Amino acid sequence: MGDPGKTPTLPVQGNASARAPHLKDGDPAFLTTRMDALLDAARKNSLWPFPFGTACCAIEFMSFMMSHYDISRFGAEVVRFSPRQSDLLIVAGTVTDKMAPVMVRIYEQMAEPKYVISMGVCACTGGFYRAYHVVQGIDEFIPVDVYVPGCPPTPEALLQGVVKLQEMIARGETHYQRALAAARAAGR
Amino acid sequence: MGDRDERMAAIRKAFPAGSVDEVPGGDMPTLRVDRRVLPELARLLKTDPALDCKLLLDVCGADYPGRAERFEVVYHLASLQHPFRLRLKVPVPEADPVVPSVFGVWKAADWFEREAFDMFGIRFEGHPNLKRILCHRAFQGHALRKDYDAGQRWLLREAEQELPSWATERVEDGDHFETQVLNLGPSHPATHGTLRTVVRLDGELITKAEVEIGYLHRCFEKMAESHTWNQVIPYTDRLNYCSAMMNGVGYALAVEKMLGVEAPPRAQTIRLILSELSRIMDHIVDIGANLNDLGAMTPFLYMYEAREEIYSLLEACCGSRLTMSYVRIGGLSHDVPHDFADSVRYLLRRIPKLIGDMETLITNNRIFRDRTEGVGKLSAEEAVDWGWTGPCLRSTGVAYDVRKAYPYLGYETYDFKVPVSHGGDTYARYLVRVEEMKQSLALVEQALARLEAGPVILDNHNVALPPKAEVYTEMESLIWHFKLIMEGMKVPAGDGYGFTEAANGELGYYIVSDGGGKPYRIKVRPPCFAIFQAYPHMIEDHMVADAVAILGSLNVIAGELDR
Repeated sequence: MGDPGKTPTLPVQGNASARAPHLKDGDPAFLTTRMDALLDAARKNSLWPFPFGTACCAIEFMSFMMSHYDISRFGAEVVRFSPRQSDLLIVAGTVTDKMAPVMVRIYEQMAEPKYVISMGVCACTGGFYRAYHVVQGIDEFIPVDVYVPGCPPTPEALLQGVVKLQEMIARGETHYQRALAAARAAGR
Repeated sequence: MGDRDERMAAIRKAFPAGSVDEVPGGDMPTLRVDRRVLPELARLLKTDPALDCKLLLDVCGADYPGRAERFEVVYHLASLQHPFRLRLKVPVPEADPVVPSVFGVWKAADWFEREAFDMFGIRFEGHPNLKRILCHRAFQGHALRKDYDAGQRWLLREAEQELPSWATERVEDGDHFETQVLNLGPSHPATHGTLRTVVRLDGELITKAEVEIGYLHRCFEKMAESHTWNQVIPYTDRLNYCSAMMNGVGYALAVEKMLGVEAPPRAQTIRLILSELSRIMDHIVDIGANLNDLGAMTPFLYMYEAREEIYSLLEACCGSRLTMSYVRIGGLSHDVPHDFADSVRYLLRRIPKLIGDMETLITNNRIFRDRTEGVGKLSAEEAVDWGWTGPCLRSTGVAYDVRKAYPYLGYETYDFKVPVSHGGDTYARYLVRVEEMKQSLALVEQALARLEAGPVILDNHNVALPPKAEVYTEMESLIWHFKLIMEGMKVPAGDGYGFTEAANGELGYYIVSDGGGKPYRIKVRPPCFAIFQAYPHMIEDHMVADAVAILGSLNVIAGELDR
């Protein structure tokens, strides 16, 4: 756990193992934290992505899953094709006006908490398809937490996107968390 | 040429004067046809054994606002018996944009005619299901008309989404049980991208099916009209993104044919090597994804290693793994790295082992064979009628391969075979693809032995940029550079159809130039568009699980399908 003052991910107080490094596994120890922080720590390390792959980026998404790059090193390898079972929507590829209602429906079907990564410039801004049938950035329709540029982004870039999202979750900066905090502050 | 003149004379003789005229010049025999005689001409072309135009490759529209008859419908036909290709042009006036449908003659016309309707508003009389295919239902106007603003979007609300008319009908089966309508896609684990199938089920049996496409229609053809000839290349990469190199090569060859230039030998050989490696990559994704859908994850993991190895080579060549933009009209953007030959030799040793691993796991795997043998069977006649090309056509026993029939890049000088299977089913398609990968490796090996030093791009500054060092030091080179970048190269006015054997089949580019620095019209003939239109008919009377197996084996790539 390290020094409690320097760990933004899990605000821990009275960390017994940090004070008494000679303790072995299974020895009694305790830590105190907020329930939210504990949940966020769990959530960020076990993201379940929904691959909303539409185009070329979906092919790089496959590389991102496969053994060479291997997203399971970051705990997000459990790909679910059901929005009910996933908490991270990765929009990989161009979204057209015909596809947009489908994407919105899938986003709405995901249970909270949910996060969105927009992979590739098409999903971010429409890319070089400035055209009559292409959504000029999926944030026209759904809130996006992390934008990964590239056409397509390399798997490394997407890995970094996932890591960035994990950092954001730890800091409570995702759209979902901010909306929740705002609602609490308003007493709802 | 004698054959060609005889055939054209025979066609002209069969019709009253003025209704069928030969258009002189051009890259292939071309007829201007009065729309009233089109159905009759179509039947003659298909049934006359001397003509034997059984393969309808493409139907597309074009818009010429200045002309008295504003629209033109262009048909591309090919014979599989004779080395004969034919283009028909049917002028259509704006006031009455109607053309008789040729769906009754070639089933292949089905989706192509719908696309021309969607893009230009040309109505095809007698078409059984003439509605929009690529654009969504709330779309207003016709996008490829010259007076349509490229940026004009229309929003689609969820309630307005397309649903087949029969999907809401209540139907009972023979035992008075209600049948069920199931929606597969467009976001579904078994549809790889953005394909949507609506099926009516009797138990698990599919009794009726309809496919909806266009979920990835990103306006390639409209975008191409506002970019210079070389700027179109990045767009071509994103057609079939599983084998991006081959799209660019096909496009560059088509434009080079219109320009009357040819890339230097070294560039041709590199293009061939990378094209064949791309073919292997494409087949890997297709086979792997198909197996994945059938529940066999392991072979995909093995095969993906080969893909990563090829990616590394591509990245070393041009800096990009997937969408390469490596081809230029007149050659390549720059030379390959110094260790290119060694890297390719390493691949030649590595890939056969990975293919062998996969074959050991799959080819005689009982589950796989049970799931695929006899599933999704199509006869050779039907496949040709639907406009199939590529591995899918060859799995039905038709040995048509553009690389053999109309060689390009010097394919006629290489020793390779065209694998053919007679099964016509999902298993046969798998076998053909596996064998094609091996043939591609043989091609790469031969090409590597021929790779000679030399330039990789033409020294013709009407077409290719001058070397960068000269641009900085010589006034004239700077001017060439400026003109090529700002205005684009000038391609002679006229039209041409360039076609190559891409991973899925014949990839054609019908290109119209008005002599300017930008294409006037580019129509892509995507191989999987023709293949996929047969799919709803293939899965009828199959189980849902079989529909998944069949879809995977057709290798439908949405980028190429919807463009």
